[in-house]
Amino acid sequence: MVKGHIWRVSGPLVIADGMRGAMVYEVVEVGFDGLIGEIIGLDGDKAIIQVYEDTSGLTIGEPVVSTGKPLSVELGPGLIASVFDGLQRPLKSIEELVGPFIKRGLKVKALPRDRKWHFKPLAKVGDTVEPNDIIGIVPETSIVEHKVMIPPTIRGRLKWIIPEGDYTVDEVIAIVEHQGREYEIKMYHDWPVRKPRPYRRKLDPVEPLITGKRIIDFLFPLAKGGKAAIPGGFGTGKTVTLQDLTKWSHSHINIYVGCGERGNEMADALYSFTQLEDPRTGKKLMERSVFIANTSNMPVAARETSVFVGVTIGEYFRDMGYDVLLVADSTSRWAEAMREISGRLEEMPGEEGFPAYLGSRLAEFYERAGRTLCLGRPERYGSLTIVGAVSPPGADFSEPVTQNTLRYIRALYALDVALANRRHFPAINWLISYSLYIDLVKDYLEKRFPEWMKLREFSMKILQREAELEEIVRLVGTETLPEEDKLVLEVARMIREDFLFQDSFHEIDRYSPPERTYLMIKIIAHFYERALEAVRKGIPVSKIASLPVRVKIDRMRFIPHDKFTSEANKILNEIDREFNEVIRHVE
Amino acid sequence: MSSSTVKAPLTLLVRENRKIRGARGSLLLMETIPGVKYGEIVEVETSSGEVRYGQVIDVSREVTVIQVFGGVSEVDLRRSKVRFKGETLKLPVSLDMLGRIFDGLGRPIDGGPPIVPDDYMDINGAPINPASRMPPSEFIETGISAIDLLNSIVRGQKLPIFSGSGLPHNRIAAQIVRQASVKGKGEKFAVVFAAIGVPFDDARFFIENFRRAGALERTVVFINSAADPVVERIAVPRVALTTAEYLAWKHDMHVLVILTDMRNYCEGLRELSAAREEVPGRHGYPGYMYTDLATIYERAGRIWGKKGSVTQMPVLTMPNDDITHPIPDLTGYITEGQLVLSRDLHRKGIYPPLDVLLSLSRLMKEGIGPGKTREDHRQVFMQLYAAYAEGQRLRELALIIGAEALSEKDKKYLAFADEFERKLINQGEYERRTIEESLDIAWDLLSMLPEEELKLISDEFIRKYHPKYRERE
Repeated sequence: MVKGHIWRVSGPLVIADGMRGAMVYEVVEVGFDGLIGEIIGLDGDKAIIQVYEDTSGLTIGEPVVSTGKPLSVELGPGLIASVFDGLQRPLKSIEELVGPFIKRGLKVKALPRDRKWHFKPLAKVGDTVEPNDIIGIVPETSIVEHKVMIPPTIRGRLKWIIPEGDYTVDEVIAIVEHQGREYEIKMYHDWPVRKPRPYRRKLDPVEPLITGKRIIDFLFPLAKGGKAAIPGGFGTGKTVTLQDLTKWSHSHINIYVGCGERGNEMADALYSFTQLEDPRTGKKLMERSVFIANTSNMPVAARETSVFVGVTIGEYFRDMGYDVLLVADSTSRWAEAMREISGRLEEMPGEEGFPAYLGSRLAEFYERAGRTLCLGRPERYGSLTIVGAVSPPGADFSEPVTQNTLRYIRALYALDVALANRRHFPAINWLISYSLYIDLVKDYLEKRFPEWMKLREFSMKILQREAELEEIVRLVGTETLPEEDKLVLEVARMIREDFLFQDSFHEIDRYSPPERTYLMIKIIAHFYERALEAVRKGIPVSKIASLPVRVKIDRMRFIPHDKFTSEANKILNEIDREFNEVIRHVE
Repeated sequence: MSSSTVKAPLTLLVRENRKIRGARGSLLLMETIPGVKYGEIVEVETSSGEVRYGQVIDVSREVTVIQVFGGVSEVDLRRSKVRFKGETLKLPVSLDMLGRIFDGLGRPIDGGPPIVPDDYMDINGAPINPASRMPPSEFIETGISAIDLLNSIVRGQKLPIFSGSGLPHNRIAAQIVRQASVKGKGEKFAVVFAAIGVPFDDARFFIENFRRAGALERTVVFINSAADPVVERIAVPRVALTTAEYLAWKHDMHVLVILTDMRNYCEGLRELSAAREEVPGRHGYPGYMYTDLATIYERAGRIWGKKGSVTQMPVLTMPNDDITHPIPDLTGYITEGQLVLSRDLHRKGIYPPLDVLLSLSRLMKEGIGPGKTREDHRQVFMQLYAAYAEGQRLRELALIIGAEALSEKDKKYLAFADEFERKLINQGEYERRTIEESLDIAWDLLSMLPEEELKLISDEFIRKYHPKYRERE
């Protein structure tokens, strides 16, 4: 432990002298209030510290004490359904302590110390245990079974294990003996946030992560263990899209990191997660979610820790064998915090004042995603999927944060201001967005939905052709187009309005199970097939567009899930009947 | 400002220092004396005896950097003194502030007596714990269709008006204050109005409006005129919000805060940043402008267990009407939507000239629907948007190929867009429409379109509200 003194204060940056012996990334307590900070550089006996709390009122000469530990999080039962700040302090406990306004220098343990968990041992005395071996389970919520693992730094022989019963996280539940030393095992352990947790092997992400959003699941699938970015100007629906992903994705655990964003939106997410039911388990969404909230008016430097705290918790659940989805809203705010700190350090700025290490810092975050063969026994697979929002100034994607993010992600959902202004949501632009996971998840999807690739190609072709035709239409209008092109425009409109458009706030439409998504596009494709046949027989598109079945297709978004299959078959039959009728008429 | 007029609303003097080493722009460099706190407020006495406020913005063992509110003119290195107050800027607050007019630092300028403080509050406030925030969901009826129907505001929201020079943003803001205040009669309602670097005419327009509506005694006014020091400009919104928080959280009031014009605030921020020789961000504005604006805008909301609320309506004029300019851009990233005014509509004589396609209220979905407005509100709103957007698209098309070349259906959309602007958006400055009245106008407009085009509205509502079916019954 090193004790020094404040030498300089400039915003979130504090320089302390007398700090010889401290290490980079070590946590320090700054001032009489013990504000939490982290050493980001050393210069002789001076330490450069970024402080994660408001520094107003600090004076020269106040003590700075190192803790000997890097910034770490507590990993154990009690994480689920919690709301933490960027330093993993539980915000609900803080509210009980100091009321609705945040104060500085609070020291609250992340996991509740008084709560008892029902621990059931799975290992027995004499077993050899290795890092991440599961030695017991705790039912953390009604849907999350918390696997108690040997910490990644410990191995040996199990000397003692507690019998099944109710214990707090502070109680010793097992003792491991290794080379004559004994290690006490509790239900939780600490892990430094900047150090990726170990795994046995990274695997190809070959399984899609179903999100319930048709444009993602069908056109640009995301994979379990994948990395995606959602850039978009303000008002394009970044936050709603991220919230929807956490609400409806087929993941086991969701981690929502609100990093430098709006407090009211965070409150809305927190509240709706306690109200909404997960369509797959019938339980409240909160029972499988963790929230990290560092809103835009909370200390700037803690934006960085909030994303790393989130990702570390994500890896922990991944190690239990779960599919974890982490969303970060917004990575741009974190980048801006880096820019502010870097500016105060008077570092040589890179593009637009961002530090030159912006890219590598983003990589450290996104590279922690992946599908893994986990360390430890029994053998299990887990995944951590990361989706980050980017808020480009002026909705201009050429700015440094968007461009650096594109280097590391493999799926892009580009939100479009023009679409948002037309209230086409999700405003994901189908011409710019991409997913490099298509080839990886193809086999998995084709096994369940045999015509998936064919239908996807059909849709993309129609949408692409529409974009080309739009250019012509803008000059000469639609009337002069050949009938087949008019049909393309008509069907493209159906794809856009009846399929890609999805209302996040409509009870049924907000979540589209993959079977339904598949049937919906199949109906449109079938309509096109029959319409093309009719057009080639000389029937005008205006007549096809006014067929009664069109109204049914327009409204199919509202059909309840349980009735959808039978209704879809009815619509398919009706398409055939009406087109047969029209065609018979001309013949 | 002479020394005799400065009645510091602050605490006792603590320490004095004459060791000024340098001065330029608005910065003073001096030798550090023991106990100087980062962010603390100082009084700087110039050689002529004038006293100005300043703040410690950087302190090291050797040098203390002070930002002086009002600049360092007439500061000399020998006779000028700096007094350290040992505290950050605090505002005396009291219920007596209602009905009064103050300057940017909270000193009365209406000739009335000084305020007897009930409390002193740090003007920077403290962030609301995200877990203590209650999601805003109470609909505020402003009586303006374009807002109530298409961009509904809820209590605790922050919704700015993005305007341009010469557009009627002040009249709209005044109309909202007049009409919105009529609603919750049984509840305590207050308005906090901050004029930030505006010409005095603008401030007087609001004061007169409040007076005529009989709202002045429920209003606290802060005026930082265009001629006042830039550094004070940075304090005004914080002083106003501190007052609002006092009224809302201590006295259970529903407070509407109007901040105009936030552009002047941002220009002030840029000026100060340049003086500090900071690395400039986009257009020369400081890189931390997002965070700085967030510490203002985020001071709106509701709190579980508290009766009051703080709702914010900042007004900002967009430089050159450019919505991608850093000021509206960063604001839009923080606020919960925006009301954008359109010069085109203004030229057409439409009041309020609200650009419906660019405007957005993010918290609308929580504030509307059965029990709050009407069950069909959401779907009608979505359909109106879609139809108006289609009409706008066709207008552009018609410019090139002529309206005759459009299909019958397209012509209906064109007619719809025109009527939408004339009948729904357009309304009188003193006309107050209930949400039901606005919805009825909307249905009349929607009935101009073929029924199968109303694909965003469920059959149930069409049968219940579409004029065609209503008449039949």
